[in-house]
Amino acid sequence: MLSGNQAIALAARHLGVALGAGYPGTPSTEILESFSELGGRAQWSPNEKVALEVTLGAAFGGARALAAMKHVGVNVASDPLFAAAYTGVSGGLVVVSADDPGMASSQNEQDNRRYAQAAGLPMLEPADSQEAYDFTCAAFEISERWKTPVLLRLTTRVCHSYTVVRPRPASGPPRAPGFERDIQGRVLIPAHARLAHRRLRRKLAEMQEWNETCPLNSVVGGGGALGIVTSGISFMHAREAAPEASILKLGFTYPLPMGRISQFARSVRRCVVLEEGDPCLLEALRAAGLEVEGKADLYRFGELDVPRTRRILNQDLSPEPPLPPGKPPQLCEACQYRLVFAALRKHDCIVAGDIGCYTLGVLAPFEAMDSCVCMGASLGVGLGLRHVLPEAQARRVVSIIGDSTFVHSGISGLVEMVYNPPPQGHVLVILDNSTTAMTGHQEHPATGRRLDHQPTRKLILEDLVRVLGVPRVYVVEPRAGSDEFDRVLSECLASEQLAVIIARRPCILIAKQLKRYEEQSCDCTSAPGVGPETHEQSH
Amino acid sequence: MSKVTNIVVAGLGGQGVLKGTDILAEVALRAGFDVKKSEVKGMSQRGGSVTGDVRFGDCVFSPMVPAGEADFLLVLEPTQAALNQRLLRPGGVLLGPEAVRPEALPHKRTLNVALLGALSAHLPFPEELWLAALRAAFDDAFFETNQQAFLIGRRNHGTRQKDPGE
Repeated sequence: MLSGNQAIALAARHLGVALGAGYPGTPSTEILESFSELGGRAQWSPNEKVALEVTLGAAFGGARALAAMKHVGVNVASDPLFAAAYTGVSGGLVVVSADDPGMASSQNEQDNRRYAQAAGLPMLEPADSQEAYDFTCAAFEISERWKTPVLLRLTTRVCHSYTVVRPRPASGPPRAPGFERDIQGRVLIPAHARLAHRRLRRKLAEMQEWNETCPLNSVVGGGGALGIVTSGISFMHAREAAPEASILKLGFTYPLPMGRISQFARSVRRCVVLEEGDPCLLEALRAAGLEVEGKADLYRFGELDVPRTRRILNQDLSPEPPLPPGKPPQLCEACQYRLVFAALRKHDCIVAGDIGCYTLGVLAPFEAMDSCVCMGASLGVGLGLRHVLPEAQARRVVSIIGDSTFVHSGISGLVEMVYNPPPQGHVLVILDNSTTAMTGHQEHPATGRRLDHQPTRKLILEDLVRVLGVPRVYVVEPRAGSDEFDRVLSECLASEQLAVIIARRPCILIAKQLKRYEEQSCDCTSAPGVGPETHEQSH
Repeated sequence: MSKVTNIVVAGLGGQGVLKGTDILAEVALRAGFDVKKSEVKGMSQRGGSVTGDVRFGDCVFSPMVPAGEADFLLVLEPTQAALNQRLLRPGGVLLGPEAVRPEALPHKRTLNVALLGALSAHLPFPEELWLAALRAAFDDAFFETNQQAFLIGRRNHGTRQKDPGE
């Protein structure tokens, strides 16, 4: 039994994928971790944009490459994603988007099927782990045949459900990487891009035609009374909720096989489109003039399951019973960030927060966070507040960001801070727990270890901050019985200068692992330990 | 569709909910059933509510146990019982921490496995399958205590009771 994520990793390994890259994010994280455990070359990049660019380069070089990220990660990677649809690839490139309907661990429930249409990328949607395996193989076949990146779109339930997987023999080994010059194809100046756009539409038209008879789509069940058009995990709910229905299960969902769908829709007396999230399929089918029924608005929110599918099929619009609130997660009892949030609270700070464990500082007893938008937004949002608030309020604004999130997309915000400083200065707190904790303790550039925990060159955050020209830089170890963080924060808030406080103490949950990694590491010189003392450097 | 057996394990992050569903799914798979297991990760390490679903039968479609259709609800933490009661079908079996005497356990962290022992008294799987799955699930250092906890849970619930699905 494998999870959907493990199944993708296994397929990638069987297909000889040369490089996997991404940034950790629930529910996608285990794809690259499993790929690495299986012996594949997997890397965490600083963020998803870089990860996609690295894999695109690998695919320009003729290799098979896999980029894996959560749905909001695709937003970060969307710039190269759209361009890659124009450039195409020489080898194979599959981009996994792991969506989170219901927001088990995300800030929104955006539906990334929209990206396939917006960028013009073929998209496959597996419904279980077997299909996650099979569709990964199919995605590389499509990618290599049409020389295009392929979007493999999963949802939380497919990523994190375990079902039986029977691997199939690999269809063929990858060809050997090698550079082929293709200036017109790869250099997107307008003259080339105009041609590339036409080429992309031609490819999509070809793929659509191929999709009409593609075995990734299938009809199950017989009766002509009720037909259901569906994809992904919704197919499983449909089979269980309506065993009597005919179901057109779409696996290759962009560009849609409209002829086949139309034929199916006409073969049944009632045709319902069953999809989680946005009405993507419904809109496409209606635009094609098909008389199909969608779901009521209340089912647009959250995950579908068997009971909700029954309600949709019964056109039940009665309010759903509210889900009882579970016990929310909280900052660990011994978490060093508790001291930080207590201090922020004490100084009545206006806190522009960010994404990570420390977002839990918004909960009682601290309630010490005033915004949390997306990865890296703490910097920009904090600066914007400082620019416009009345002076007495502006002085209280603090941006707070974790180490991994800072490297992901906080650095450009810090450049903004130095470039356009607010009149009363600004204070950034980097919470450095030496890991990407929230997603399960992954490495990042400032831990000095790669995805597989082997040593590499370590990014020294305080050096980076200093070299960007921040006048006040402190490294503080928040620990019980010490008021050092509190004092430094006071001083910075009063200084009216730009200040960065790095609150550094490894996450207590990985203390043992860290010790083991450090013992194994042979390159201790590149990772200077930083003691509890305060460093200050003035420019 | 043939009868599918639905089991939900509920607790708090760090209690071994997912380890419990891993073992259960492994046993059902070894017994020759189609099995699906579902979990929602992400916040589990920070002490929040966690549930894991296991479904087995001749053919399982959705990986999620539909609310009101769980045959068994295993609860590792008392506050999680009321919260998840809605998942249980009428006549379904609730196995809470009181199903085993916690003071009899070799270690409080083995409660998940002890409750599997209690559950095992209701399920049609031979003891050898359970022990083999435990063997595969734990390092040598932890196997003995977990096996002990499993057997305490199993014996506590006597021999196999009538399957509520029968």
